[in-house]
Amino acid sequence: MSTAAVPPAASDERLVEIGLGKRLLTRPDIGAFVGAIAVFLGFSYFAREVNWFGDPAIWASWTDQAAQYGIIAVPVALLMIGGEFDLSAGVMIGSSGLLLGYLGTHADMNIWPAMVIVLLFGLTIGFLNGITVVKTRLPSFIVTLATFFILQGVNAALTLKLTGQTAIQDIDAADGFESARRWIASEITQYDFKLKVIWWIGLTIVGAWLLSKSRLGNWIYGAGGDPVAARNIGVPVARTKVMLFMMTSGVASLMGIIEALELRSMQSQEGIGLEFIFIICAVVGGCLLTGGYGSVIGTFFGAAMLGMVQLGIVFAQWDSNWTFTFQGVILFLAVVLNTLIRNRAQKAR
Amino acid sequence: MTVAAAIDNGASHLLEVEHVSKFFGNVVALKDVSARVDAGEVTCILGDNGAGKSSFIKIVSGVHRHDEGRMLVDGEDVHFNSPRDARARGIATVYQDLAMCPLMSIWRNFFLGEEPTKWRGPFSRLDVSFAKRTAREQMAQMGIDVRDPEQPVGTLSGGERQAVAIARAIYFGARVLILDEPTSALGVKQAGIVLRYILQARDRGVGVIFITHNPHHAFPVGDHFILLNRGRVIGDYEKGKVSRDELVRQMAGGAELDELTDELEGLTASE
Repeated sequence: MSTAAVPPAASDERLVEIGLGKRLLTRPDIGAFVGAIAVFLGFSYFAREVNWFGDPAIWASWTDQAAQYGIIAVPVALLMIGGEFDLSAGVMIGSSGLLLGYLGTHADMNIWPAMVIVLLFGLTIGFLNGITVVKTRLPSFIVTLATFFILQGVNAALTLKLTGQTAIQDIDAADGFESARRWIASEITQYDFKLKVIWWIGLTIVGAWLLSKSRLGNWIYGAGGDPVAARNIGVPVARTKVMLFMMTSGVASLMGIIEALELRSMQSQEGIGLEFIFIICAVVGGCLLTGGYGSVIGTFFGAAMLGMVQLGIVFAQWDSNWTFTFQGVILFLAVVLNTLIRNRAQKAR
Repeated sequence: MTVAAAIDNGASHLLEVEHVSKFFGNVVALKDVSARVDAGEVTCILGDNGAGKSSFIKIVSGVHRHDEGRMLVDGEDVHFNSPRDARARGIATVYQDLAMCPLMSIWRNFFLGEEPTKWRGPFSRLDVSFAKRTAREQMAQMGIDVRDPEQPVGTLSGGERQAVAIARAIYFGARVLILDEPTSALGVKQAGIVLRYILQARDRGVGVIFITHNPHHAFPVGDHFILLNRGRVIGDYEKGKVSRDELVRQMAGGAELDELTDELEGLTASE
């Protein structure tokens, strides 16, 4: 058995040293990072009427908005890297908050066990989304669009039937509400920084760790990169995808809980429309629509960018309708950049 | 073939299929096909499109079950219910798509589905440094110097990707390596490199089943040659008992090719 008999096959010419700049350009999260800084600096100029750069209250307001997007964007990004979408992630905020409100007020439950029930509800919806996608092999875009519309109808109809209104009010009447609010959804400094921001940062760290340092992370990349190949090689692709759907709906439920605690009431329309914002955050963060590539850290900066845009437009005293246009432009630029990065990463030399 | 001689004690072979047939409804995909491979040998399965090569791979790798005949591993009668069963017996298949995700790094691809972990329970995590080091070492044994295991597989050439897939299969204990058309999508030079990897695997004591439609690729590396056509064996040769020209002629359909050549020559003559 002689391995020396075969000379190394001209390896040198095919592995060139890659410079730092090029290496950075193959990272999925660099665009979001640079973009977030650009937007921040931009509004430092356009919103110079206020102290955009250094006022902690302004930081508190845009990070509040960014956390609103960024918390759910973490599992949405993982799901996208795993090759799937969840369009019901927005409406799930409403469903979960309304369920918590119902349990706390109409069912007279203590808010703590009610929160457990809401989280289980979220995981169940995620499981149903996931198992439907895996079993029927329908595009998740369609499956979760159906979930979205079903829940939207349920939210509106049941809320109206129960309360005669379009919202569940006075959730703070429930037992345990104030203690839950203090631990989960309060303000943490004199400048009204929201505890939500800590959730956002914490979930980002957990998500980034999962993706880069756990077995599951490798499976997520594999499931999105090439599901058939991954399955052939022994990755439990179906189980991985179902878990990702459960994570997404579970975190959306957590968000519903946080909002219900923060606002002390829940609108039946809550969360609708955010599903696309989460996807924009993930795309800005470098996630490919085709799966297999992306970054949780990048998604964090994507959410930060969108949060800044939302608030920056207000502080710059522009018409807030421009927000949508901005979001669209950002999405478009991100997709173009991602495509360039992907082609670079995939290009055979 | 010292390794082969040591392991092959005359009676049982590493992997042997005997008179295997496979039917899909009333379609005969394979009929009465026999082949074998021993450690440190290369068995080439040659055939044109539709000859039954894919059916053969799928049976040996555990995707399909054969309807007739026997399959033996180390002389023991086996029936595989899934590719997992086949892998458990040390039979690994490298498909044409290589089962690799182009955007994932070399080390992630190398360990996909078999990730090394350290620590236990909820703190269980990827052993990244081990994975990178091992991927690099294994690739070095294939004669490829991977300087950056973080490099996406998509940036490798077709031949190098093939090498990753082969190195991976061997690292995870493949005794029989089934290569599905590993050279077909490659240029001349890259194909030559892949043929070298096949010899490399052979020299490490692996039994290789090399599926190809190209007799020029099979001839220099094969120890046995089995030619398939329309699901049947039309030729079965040992190394040295057949010339390259004969393989080429048989592959191209023998008499049919002669006829075609005459016809084409006739056409050019009449112009």
